[in-house]
Amino acid sequence: MKFKTSFAAALLAATMMSGAASAKTFVYCSEASPEGFDPGLYTGGNTFDAAAHTVYNRLLEFKKGTTETEPGLAESYEVSDDGLQYTFKLRPGVKFQTTEFFTPTRELNADDVIFSYERMWKADNPWNKYVEGASWEYFAGMGFPDLLASIEKVDDMTVKFTLKRKEAPFLANVAMPFASILSKEYADKLQADGKMNQMNQMPLGTGPFAFVAYQQDAVIRYKANPDYWGGKQKIDDLVFAITTDASVRYQKLKAGECHLMPYPNAADVEAMKADPNLKIAEQEGLNVAYLAFNTTQPPFDKVEVRKALSMAINKQAIVDGVFQGFATPAKNPIPPTMWSYNDAVEDDKYDPEAAKAALEAAGVKDLSMKIWAMPVARPYMLNARRAAELMQSDLDKIGVKAEIVSYEWAEYLDKSRAKDRDGAVILGWTGDNGDPDNFLDTLLGCDAVGGNNRAMWCDKEFDDLVTKAKEASDQAERTKLYEEAQVVFKKQAPWVTIDHSLSIVPMRKNVEGFVQSPLGDFAFDGVDIVE
Amino acid sequence: MAGTSAPSTEFTGSVSVDPSRRARFAEFWYYFSENRGAVIGFWFFVFLVLVAIFAPLIAPHAPNAQYRDAVLVPPFWQEGGRVSYLLGTDPVGRDILSRLIYGTRYSLFIGVIVTTIALVGGIFIGVIAGYFRGWVDIVIMRLMDIILAFPSLLLALVLVAVLGPGLTNAMIAIALVFQPHFVRLTRAAVMSEKSRDYVVGAKVAGAGHLRLMFRTILPNCMAPLIVQATLSFSNAILDAAALGFLGMGAQPPTPEWGTMLAEAREFILRAWWVVTLPGLAILITVLAINLMGDGLRDALDPKLKRS
Amino acid sequence: MFRFLLGRIAVLIPTFIGVSIIAFSFIRMLPGDPVALLSGERVMSAERHAEISHQLGFDRPIVIQYLDYLWGVLRGDFGTSISTKSPVLDQFFQLFPATLELSLCAIIFAVVIGIPAGVFAAIKRGSFFDQLTMGTALIGFSMPIFWWGLLLIILFSGVLQWTPVSGRISLMYFFPNVTGFMLIDSLISGEPGAFKSAVSHLILPTIVLGTIPLAVIARQTRSAMLEVLSEDYVRTARAKGLSTLRVVGVHALRNAMIPVITTIGLQVGVMLAGAILTETIFSWPGIGKWMVDSVFRRDYPVIQGGLLIIAGLIMLVNLIVDLLYGLVNPRIRH
Repeated sequence: MKFKTSFAAALLAATMMSGAASAKTFVYCSEASPEGFDPGLYTGGNTFDAAAHTVYNRLLEFKKGTTETEPGLAESYEVSDDGLQYTFKLRPGVKFQTTEFFTPTRELNADDVIFSYERMWKADNPWNKYVEGASWEYFAGMGFPDLLASIEKVDDMTVKFTLKRKEAPFLANVAMPFASILSKEYADKLQADGKMNQMNQMPLGTGPFAFVAYQQDAVIRYKANPDYWGGKQKIDDLVFAITTDASVRYQKLKAGECHLMPYPNAADVEAMKADPNLKIAEQEGLNVAYLAFNTTQPPFDKVEVRKALSMAINKQAIVDGVFQGFATPAKNPIPPTMWSYNDAVEDDKYDPEAAKAALEAAGVKDLSMKIWAMPVARPYMLNARRAAELMQSDLDKIGVKAEIVSYEWAEYLDKSRAKDRDGAVILGWTGDNGDPDNFLDTLLGCDAVGGNNRAMWCDKEFDDLVTKAKEASDQAERTKLYEEAQVVFKKQAPWVTIDHSLSIVPMRKNVEGFVQSPLGDFAFDGVDIVE
Repeated sequence: MAGTSAPSTEFTGSVSVDPSRRARFAEFWYYFSENRGAVIGFWFFVFLVLVAIFAPLIAPHAPNAQYRDAVLVPPFWQEGGRVSYLLGTDPVGRDILSRLIYGTRYSLFIGVIVTTIALVGGIFIGVIAGYFRGWVDIVIMRLMDIILAFPSLLLALVLVAVLGPGLTNAMIAIALVFQPHFVRLTRAAVMSEKSRDYVVGAKVAGAGHLRLMFRTILPNCMAPLIVQATLSFSNAILDAAALGFLGMGAQPPTPEWGTMLAEAREFILRAWWVVTLPGLAILITVLAINLMGDGLRDALDPKLKRS
Repeated sequence: MFRFLLGRIAVLIPTFIGVSIIAFSFIRMLPGDPVALLSGERVMSAERHAEISHQLGFDRPIVIQYLDYLWGVLRGDFGTSISTKSPVLDQFFQLFPATLELSLCAIIFAVVIGIPAGVFAAIKRGSFFDQLTMGTALIGFSMPIFWWGLLLIILFSGVLQWTPVSGRISLMYFFPNVTGFMLIDSLISGEPGAFKSAVSHLILPTIVLGTIPLAVIARQTRSAMLEVLSEDYVRTARAKGLSTLRVVGVHALRNAMIPVITTIGLQVGVMLAGAILTETIFSWPGIGKWMVDSVFRRDYPVIQGGLLIIAGLIMLVNLIVDLLYGLVNPRIRH
């Protein structure tokens, strides 16, 4: 059955190719060049869009438009009762792409899965250092080196992962781009030919699109994979036109030079909405921006002071001034689209009078503080300086003098981690895998003080809740624990939660089937252009 | 009337040391004022200086005051414009006209500082190289060659990245990049003057090195340096704005024109005034200084003077 | 001539070593840790940090690092980009043709318009045409080109929709990269319309990048012409009743070109500086944009290698200009 459909797809593709006019080319004006084409090596979203979501698949995939997982290259999986063993049953008949540079002779099997993980995991794997300076950032960042005990081939189509401890988010991690499955056969060939670098330049996988060519900083070209296990795509060619400037991207979209673009200028969105040739998809992003106090430094160690400052900042003004309204003021540290979001939590209302009074009641006078503003734009915070300027003028109204400081980005990240840091830091987070743990424990847990916990906030009650939630495997139980944690967070106010930004995707009217990903990915399987 | 005295104070220190300074100045002014563009440029420059000095009096609003009820208001002649914000407002509701007026200060300041550093440093190094020759000269000139081997903006960009983004560092970087031109000019002039009779005469009369270098020779090499200085003045403004545009110059909320332009770039299609006006201000200022520079060259360069 | 060449090269070697020291030490002075930047907002453990630093060689003594680097450079190894993990020289060669194509077009644009404009302005000295040309040239010379590029995009691509917004050729066309020059490749490919598309993509960047050289060349040509026209032999020729066209074309222009050629040579450095801004605005995949991106990414090896290659290139061009000048004007040699 499978064979038949793919054969039909191939035939269809062949007939389409013969008439060049009928070939459908979809152009995506991407925002930056991919760093490379091996998704394990990098952390940038552009790389994942260009490699992981086109050429590759993973054992599990995120269901389109959600953060829930569904079967990918693994048809099914089983979890042992102690929660330590995950056994994946691979999908039969999955073919690797046939391209000008490689013709596969076999279908996907367990060797490919083991190779893909071991290249990131085992230092003695010949592929572990196959490019100069190779480092497997996400693999390390998600804690895999400490988590994995073993990966075994049970049979040709079955792989068993054994973990050292219980970890509920493991399944979500397996669906992340870095965990893409490569072809061992291709790797062996490259290794034999002494061209290992090519793995990072000409990727080959099982995904919906096969790599054709990349011209640095300009264009990436793909062809629909006729053998794709999910069926051939409706578009024949996929092109990434790398266009770094948002205004230029908009111009190209308007002129019909591309079909879809990411990250428009908030300022242009209104005009885009008015354009009859365009349409816009909107979704709340899986992110949060915050102003983190250093809760170990007086007077910010006092809850009352933090609460007062929180009341003094007009979040709506930031949403309007920085995002032109395309964001929502945040009250919780996790975004509303995430499961376990506690909508019952009440935000500190903007009230300069009350804030002033609260500050006086806490015995704080003539307060002056520093606000750290990030030097770069991120989806969660498009212009931190402008936000800082707005906060500065808000704080001025309650008699607090704020000075804005900034550093070069790497320095900013580094200095803001220092436990004795002076000042409150504007920063944010974009979710990796849709699990609340990825926000609450990663950003606010006691272990993260001196690291990602920029508030230096270690609250026993909160920490116990999130640790318990991490180990529990029952979703309902986890939800309850996380909801409680959010209440504790709000009461303690280690951050002023600023916003969750909307992710806005403008496209030509004739584009169909594009589904926005809450994780911020741009994947083009299932997309079509209708006339 | 005031106009004739202004440039005299500006140039006496440099051009004229001998008693005939009045005559020389008259001659200079004659040739300068023959160039209509130069005179226009000069008066416009005077106007800019006045704007910069009296910015707090002229500007209708404080440059960083945010009017939250007036965000992205267009200039007054457009629909929706308000007379209280003549040239409109920016994305956080600051008055563009006031920011442009205060921006004049930064641009002129950048021009003055960069030119002064480059000029003083360049003269000093150049005189030493040209006067002493030998290995001192070789080392200095090789160093200058090294600086000149990089495209100036690229070198300034990397320098600012090293020093940290900001107006001060941008000025230092630009001054450093401009330095070699002054060194080369000074050195060449000193070398050609050194063998002249009056220098030899002074030497015989027992003048020391320092006196010879800076009192005797230097004043006679000033003409090309002044021309180069005006050129540097305008280039400094352009380069600082370019660095600001690339996010490496003055940092917001400083109302420096290049930075204003860069900050507002996302509004290019929606609110033309936030992008167009700062750029126009840069263009006009640079143009005025270049016009003046052309006039200066015509008036000071004897070769072109009578052609 | 040979002696002259040797002398020039003898001067270049210490300069090049100086350039390499500067490029190398700049990078070590940059604030911000490139290793930490690899993980972004996520934190990297101290052990991993040390391991990666070691891999990249950042933990060795600085002098050793430099000598290593210099030795690599001599063998054509300019290091490996931290962010893309591909060799710096490979990236350079991939991107350079785009910059070269754009720069050549800009120079041609500047010369083709600038020289005739300058010549006519000189002939009709003081006329309305002269004033208009020189006024325009001065405006061009004073132009903040990043702003100029934005204005042209708004007008020609946005409002009038005459030219494409950015890139080197319409994405409809896909053909092999033979020379790296889009104009030539598009002709070779034989695809109908490809060449036209490549040309239309080049127009605005060429104008933006060519504006300042155009202004400089027009002004330089005019003053060189004025000088030549006032010389005796030209006056004599004119007095003999030779037509203005002949006098200008045969006698004056040739002599006036010597300083103009030098000026054109000097524009190479200006071009590369201009390319930084032009390429950034037009998303032109060349080395100017590459350098800016690398500065923001703190990609040490790329900044360092790029600075060195670009400086080397400029030195080479200057050497060639010197030699040409020596050939044209034998007096210089001694």
